[in-house]
Formats: sequence, C-alpha cells, structure tokens
Amino acid sequence: MAVSPSHSAAPVRPPAAALDVDGLSLQFGGVKALDGVSLNVAAGSITALIGPNGAGKTSAFNAISGFYKPKTGTVKLDGEDITHVPARERAKLGLARTFQNIALFRGMTVLDNIKLGRHAHLNTNVFDAFLYWGRAKREEMELRAEIERDVIDFLELDHIRNVPVAILPYGLQKKVELARALAMRPRILMLDEPVAGMNREETEDMARAILDVREEWGISVLLVEHDMGMVMDISDHVCVLNFGRRIAAGTPAEVRANPDVIKAYLGSSGDPHKAAVEEVA
Amino acid sequence: MAVEFIDVVETSLAGLGTGALMALTGVAFVIIYKATKVINLAIGEMLMIGAFVFYGFSAGLSLPIWASVPLTLVVAAIIGGVIERTMIRPLMKDNPVSVFMVTIGLTSILIGVVELIWSAEPRRLPEFLPSQPIIIADAFIPSKTFYSFLIAAAVMAVLITVFAFWRGGIALRATATDRAAASSVGIDVPGVFSFSWMLAAVVAALAGILVGSVGGISSAMGLFGLSVFVVVIVGGLDSIAGALVAGLFIGWLEAMVGRFLGGEFKLLATFSILLVVLVVRPYGLFGTHEIERL
Repeated sequence: MAVSPSHSAAPVRPPAAALDVDGLSLQFGGVKALDGVSLNVAAGSITALIGPNGAGKTSAFNAISGFYKPKTGTVKLDGEDITHVPARERAKLGLARTFQNIALFRGMTVLDNIKLGRHAHLNTNVFDAFLYWGRAKREEMELRAEIERDVIDFLELDHIRNVPVAILPYGLQKKVELARALAMRPRILMLDEPVAGMNREETEDMARAILDVREEWGISVLLVEHDMGMVMDISDHVCVLNFGRRIAAGTPAEVRANPDVIKAYLGSSGDPHKAAVEEVA
Repeated sequence: MAVEFIDVVETSLAGLGTGALMALTGVAFVIIYKATKVINLAIGEMLMIGAFVFYGFSAGLSLPIWASVPLTLVVAAIIGGVIERTMIRPLMKDNPVSVFMVTIGLTSILIGVVELIWSAEPRRLPEFLPSQPIIIADAFIPSKTFYSFLIAAAVMAVLITVFAFWRGGIALRATATDRAAASSVGIDVPGVFSFSWMLAAVVAALAGILVGSVGGISSAMGLFGLSVFVVVIVGGLDSIAGALVAGLFIGWLEAMVGRFLGGEFKLLATFSILLVVLVVRPYGLFGTHEIERL
C-alpha cells in the first residue's frame, strides 16, 4: 500500500464485537415469526443465518438491528443488553446493516451515500453546525479522506464515486450498501442477502469482499443468505431457522449433515413424492 | 411611448419586494418537503398565524419590537412542533395522500384558531420599519417593501449557506428518501421531522410578520400561499435556491403584468408559467430529477 504523508496514521479499526441473541420471539397478529430463537456471533467470525423462505431470517435480522420490537428475548452486543435501544442508537454502538431490498439514498451519488454512513459518529445535534462552524468543516475533510482510503479504494468503487446510485447495476448497488455500512466503522456487520439476484461473477466478487472485510477490518459478520454454496464457503458458523425456530447450528460441515436441515430444505410437509425421495436418500 | 422607463423600474422593484416574501415562504415549504416529503398546503396559514401571534405580542400586549419578534418566532416553533407531533408523525407510516389531506384540514384549524382569538376582522400591524421612502436614482420604493426585501434576503442567505455546507442538510434529504436506511445509519428520523416543521414554522412566521407589515393582516391572508405553491412548483419542490429564483421571478412578473396589462392578467400570467413548467420540467427548474433505472 502506498503511504503518502497525510495518510501515514494507521487506520483506526474498531474492535470486533460479539453478538448474543437469546430466546427471541416475535409475533405478527397470529403468526409467530420467531419462536425463541437464540444465536451467537463470536467476535471476528463470519456467521450465517439460513433457512427456507419464510423461516424468519429477515425478521430475526430486523429484531437484532432494532427495527422490530421482539415480544420476548434479549439482544446483547459484547455483553451489553441492547434489546430496548432504538435502531439509530444501535448504529452508533457499532451495529451496521444492509437491507434485502436495497435501501440506498436514491438521487444521491455513491460518495454521498457512503458518507452518510458516518453520520452517526459526527455531530448528532442539528445545531452543532451553527455553533462550531470550523470544527464541522474540518470533520468533513477528515471524513472524506478517510472514506476514500478505507472504504472506496478498499472496495474498488473509485471509478463510480460521483455516479448517482440509481443508475448503477444491481450488483454494484449492493456493494455501495456494503460500503455505506463499512463507513459506519461497525464492530459487527449484518448483511441481509448480500448476493441475492447476482450472477456467479458478482457473487464471487461480493464473497471476496466480505472475506476481505473480515481479514482487513477484523470485524464480526452476520449474514442472511440463500446461496448455499457461498454460505458454506465463507462462514465459520451456520445457524438454520425453519418456521421461526432454530433447528440447527454449527460449522458448515455439521449443518450440512444434519438430518433436520436436509428435511427442511427438501421439504417433508405432506408431499408423498418428496417424502419418498427423502427415505431413499 | 406610453411606458416610461422609470415606471418599469419602480414596478420591477416593487415586484421583487413581493417576490422576496414569496421566496421566503417558499423556502419554508421546501424545508418541510425536503425532509419529510410532505406537501404542506397549510404553509400560507402557518404564515398567517405567525403574523397574528406577532400582532398579539406587539399590539395586544404592547411589547417592544425587539421582544415581540423573538417571542413570535419561539411561539411559531412551538406551533410547528405541536403540529408535527400531533398530526404528522402519527401518519408517518401512512401514504402521502393522507398526510396531504391532513394539511388541508390544518388550514381550517389554523384559520379557526385565529378567528376565535382575534375575530375575522382585518387589522394593521404596529409600524416598526422606518417609514422614510427609499429613492434609488430616480426610482421611488416604499420603505416597507425595501426593508422587508432586505430582511427576507438576509434570512434566505443564511438558510442557503447553512443547507449548502452543513451535513445535516444531507441528513434531511436522506430521511426523505428512505427512512429505514436513514435510521440504520444512525439518523434521528423523528428528530429530523420535528426539526423541519419547527424551522419551517419559524421561517413562515417571519414571512408573515413582513407580509403583514406591508399589507396588514387578516384571517384570509393565507391565500398568499397560493402564489407560493406556484413558486415552489416552478422552482422545484426540494430546492431552496429554486424557491428563491422562482419567488423573485413570479413576484416581478405579477407586478409587471398587473401594472402594464391590468390586474386581471396577473393570475393568468402566473398560472401560464406554471403550466409551461409542468409540461417542460415537471420537477421544477432546480428540483431533483430522480433517475429511475427500469
């Protein structure tokens, strides 16, 4: 890495955080979206949350990031109970997330989107800018330099930094969302289906980016994903949900061999053909 | 030659004076739209209630001007905050049309409150601007028009500077674009909502004081808001600079048309401009043109 004088300071990396979710339950009307789900993300690990459609993966994600209020259960970030902390405060504590349906700020450029990731760490009071004009300005310059170096160069987004996000192809939009989450200097990064709808090449690119993030930044990653190949390749730990319950957890190899998981994925709910296939297998 | 040059100059200056007040009210509208995507049809009535609160402090309680203005702005901020908290925020998750309808109801509520307290009778605000007319070259400008133009210009200069350089400005836009994404990056979304309504109410009240000091106040003065809607649509709903340029232009145009073609052509001219803009640039002269990837 080329080191110019102004960049000589080593990048400040926030320490990885562990996440402990215990007995999370969530209900929408009569539907139990989550039923006593527990899961752990060890500090610095890549943990995947998988399961068939409607298993409650995204509900779990939203409850962990503070968008849904769980009925029971606790969420702990490095041992600190954050169950009742609002989403925006969780962001400040180092919990960054992406969304299944891309949630970028349309109409803004890639750079503006990424810079907004740091909003939580800058002046939170809207009146500060009036009172500390010079400080706000200096903060802005430092932020820009740091984001250029740590996020944009790192994720190879320099060629599109001034492009409006709305015209980018899908795969790049997903990557910009990852970049915005990284700009938050997270201690744990939560990715909701980071490679959904991507082609093979884009998927590999994203998988490499996630591994690089863990390698370079040393932070924890929790991801929800449908692409089994990708999950098994990059995860240290996998947790499987079905119908709102956790049915298995362990290393990718353990989970792959778990009969409940095989059943959940092949389906055994009253379909005689599938049941027959299962018995033969 | 029926039209004299000095007449054109005087009419233009008077028009720019009115235009500055339209622009200032337009800025209040834009602040709310920028942050919350709410089309606030009650902006004219927020201006009106500001003017009446000022009347209450300056004429009713006979407070000096240096006390009445700040007190009015504080009360306006509280009114804006209460409106947001009680009528807008509960509808945050509903569709924009319901919120839009609520602001129509808000116009009636504000008119009703004013008529209950001060009756529907038109009133004059106490004189507080210097009354010596201003002569630039040979052109005569009424002093109230001149000073209200200066005050409006100064306030807009401050607002434009702040929104251009302050990162909170971009947080307002982010909130308007995607609230879930905004809270995921740590933006205080309810705070942004309150802030934008309070700030808009303060700006509208200030415009109300100025409009009222030029032409007097009445519970119907919210109609001023009609021309302001043209201003913000022409300038672009989310552009403060657009409101400024369009406000000055529409104010100037109305004055010129009124003076040289007759008063009945004023609205014709204004709404023709509106029509042309809607056809040619529906997002306004300076508004954000959202690019959609199909």
